[in-house]
Amino acid sequence: MKINLSHLKSFNWLSYLALIIAILVCVPMLIVSSSLLSEFGPTWPHLIDTVLSDYVINSILLLLGVSAGVLLIGVPTAWFTSMCDFPGKNIFSWLLLLPLAVPAYIIAYTYTGLLDFAGPLQTTLRNFTGLGYGDYWFFEIRSLTGAIIMLTLVLYPYVYLLARAAFLEQSSNSLEVCRTLGYNRTQAFFHLSLPMARPAIIAGLTLALMETLADYGTVEFFGVSTFTTGIFRTFYGLGDTVAASQLASLLLTFVAMLIILERYSRRQFRYHSNSEQRAAAQLIKLSRKHTVIVWVFCLVPIGFGFIIPASVLAFWAVTQAEFIISDFMTLAWNSFYLAISAALIAVFLSLILAYAKRLKNSKSVTHAVSIAGLGYALPGTIIAIGIIIPLAWLDHQLIGLFHSLFQLDIGLVLSGTLFALLFAYTVRFLAISMGAVQSGLEKIKPNIDSAARSLGNSNVQVLVNIHVPLMRRSLLTALLIVFVDVLKELPATLILRPFNFNTLAVHAFELASDERLIDAAPASLMIVGVGLLPVILLSQSIRKMGN
Amino acid sequence: MLNIISKKLLVLATCSCILTTQFVLADSEVNVYSARKEALIKPLLDKFEKSSGITVNLITGKADALLQRLKIEGKASPADVFITVDAGRLQRAKEAGVLQPVDSAFLQQSIPAHLRDADNLWFGLSQRARTIFYAKDKVKADQLSSYEDLADSKWKGKLCLRSSNNIYNQSLVAAMIDNIGPEKTQTWANNLVANIAKPPSGGDTDQLKAVAAGVCEITLANTYYFGRLMNSDKPSDREVVKKVAVFWPNQNDRGVHMNVSGAGVTQSARNKVNAIKLIEFMASAESQAWYAAINSEFPVLVDASIADALDSWGDFKADTVALNKLGENNRAAVELMDRAGWK
Repeated sequence: MKINLSHLKSFNWLSYLALIIAILVCVPMLIVSSSLLSEFGPTWPHLIDTVLSDYVINSILLLLGVSAGVLLIGVPTAWFTSMCDFPGKNIFSWLLLLPLAVPAYIIAYTYTGLLDFAGPLQTTLRNFTGLGYGDYWFFEIRSLTGAIIMLTLVLYPYVYLLARAAFLEQSSNSLEVCRTLGYNRTQAFFHLSLPMARPAIIAGLTLALMETLADYGTVEFFGVSTFTTGIFRTFYGLGDTVAASQLASLLLTFVAMLIILERYSRRQFRYHSNSEQRAAAQLIKLSRKHTVIVWVFCLVPIGFGFIIPASVLAFWAVTQAEFIISDFMTLAWNSFYLAISAALIAVFLSLILAYAKRLKNSKSVTHAVSIAGLGYALPGTIIAIGIIIPLAWLDHQLIGLFHSLFQLDIGLVLSGTLFALLFAYTVRFLAISMGAVQSGLEKIKPNIDSAARSLGNSNVQVLVNIHVPLMRRSLLTALLIVFVDVLKELPATLILRPFNFNTLAVHAFELASDERLIDAAPASLMIVGVGLLPVILLSQSIRKMGN
Repeated sequence: MLNIISKKLLVLATCSCILTTQFVLADSEVNVYSARKEALIKPLLDKFEKSSGITVNLITGKADALLQRLKIEGKASPADVFITVDAGRLQRAKEAGVLQPVDSAFLQQSIPAHLRDADNLWFGLSQRARTIFYAKDKVKADQLSSYEDLADSKWKGKLCLRSSNNIYNQSLVAAMIDNIGPEKTQTWANNLVANIAKPPSGGDTDQLKAVAAGVCEITLANTYYFGRLMNSDKPSDREVVKKVAVFWPNQNDRGVHMNVSGAGVTQSARNKVNAIKLIEFMASAESQAWYAAINSEFPVLVDASIADALDSWGDFKADTVALNKLGENNRAAVELMDRAGWK
């Protein structure tokens, strides 16, 4: 009787904690969405008459293009590096992750510097052939197609990472059964591997698309008007913050609908891998001809997504850039510790949320967690404003309290500090860590919990001693992605950071937006470098754990 | 005694349990929210620190985002000075009620009336001219005359334009609305867009490079971007300077469109005296010369010395439209450009 009671207690304790966390994370989004309750002012007829259709059409085209791109690169490369055997496979499996370290706006700046009409390639071409503008065709990088390619190149690793994990987990047994049923390899891929990996692929695609929707830097630079540039044009140009928030809320609604639709479409499918011990999957040995094809397929995204832009940045940094404000160590350290703190917080919170959900399949926690995940689709600036509003309100209460009690002026202690910044990162990137942590936890069979609990472990002990070690790989993946994402994050950092505090991303952006792309190269290169380190380290350790 | 200790402990606990880099608010400080980029303001602030002994704390960011932060933080905001790079946003800050009037004889006497707010809420600190640039080998200066003329069909396919998301284009159109009225400005914008050689993209420097590379023959840009190319030692930049020249339009009527970067003291300022000192320092002859030398901007002081690059462009007549009009007409300008299909 006594034992039962204590169970019940920790049970409630955890789900309440989870609910509180989920609600806190939802607050900024609720604040933004509350604009839907305000009147739809005179900005709306103007938007509808003029630019809104452009915003919507361009955003949809962008989403479709990026979807096609990340799936075409992410899924095949994931399959090659998990199911096939060919020389260089191990190297490719982590090289394919590298573009993750490159921020979208930086790859856009780099390729523009290279491919623009006034850039070195076209200038050389003209000098060599004597042709002038309009005499020849050349790919216009500053276009919708250009934006799709740039975003695809840096976002496909989400699909690759999650799809690869899913492929690796498919037991060879099921595949073999499939083969004995008379399917050939291609059929087995389309009828078994792909459907089984579908939730993971969709999860990766969702992340890529949410980041696409939140992107402002790339599309703005290319002169493509999307829904997000529209939010900022309404905010900055028309000076209408309410209409801008309403636009952002509609964006959120759209994303929520997509997610609901996707969940509904696979409501009946549940895939469980039965084998506890994965038989080392029988890898498909590639012929020499196929190896070459696979190599090319892997080298294209690595080359265009990482090697070329990183080399160009390195070249600019070494030969041409003027080093402005040389305190790069401080910048790198700021970026690094913010990213690592945010990653730890996000993963820790995800663990609590996912575990609470597992213990008690409570609807309120589930819904709150789903809503919390939507934050990833919102542009950072909008999240940031949704964060300062409640924090400043709280601050004002605290100031009033301290003033009336102690005649003390404590100033702002929450907004305008690193606390606000870490809060923003958590809201924005919880979706990512949640995805990885949840899928890791789901793979652990519930009967393990029961066994551990019957041995007298508390819920928390089960989590710490059993689950965490079992799901190391998922936890590390979550840490890695959040770390790299925070490192690249710009808009929320820009508006929320405290006095005299800069990061690499802020520094690179300041120079780039001042039209000094080449001078921004050293900082950009350092973002890539700092991001690279954990990408390599973690992918190595993930691989070792897998073996 | 116990009471004091417990008070202190409470404050300490509150501060330490929250991850914070709260600053001890000392007397010799001034806190700045700046839309001017760090590289273009920090050196000046460092000089101020050295000469005054007042520590300057800085946050840079986008003007509207910083303004939003100021508004939300309200009277608890730590900011003392708000710096922007265009008059429109200063006016917006004034309308949002986040600035307070400054009584400074020096600022009022040395800055011309049209470059500061009538109620002394903000002061222009450097001027930027947005003017016409042309390809020397294709266009002769006497073919050019005014902003209005750029919409003439003779320039069809020969004009490069930056996106209308850019505040400097918005301010230019806002000034035109004030000068020639909304209807004429609308017609002008419609015809202007019909003349463009390629869809708008990139910054002012990109437009100048496009003119040099032969994509188009004329464009609009702020002069300091050209000044930077003149001061650059990169061969590709020198090449642009060789091929492109400045033209001052509307010399027979209102003059060249001017904007300012400027500053105001915030409503919440706890270091008001220091804040005024800082703004006065930025308007001093020494700082004014710095703006010109470092970023090729025009001083607001009438008698300030200007750098050689600026001198080489020759004298010109500047538009003296009251700059608060730029802010007041900004929304109308954006709507007008939306209707014209100016991306």
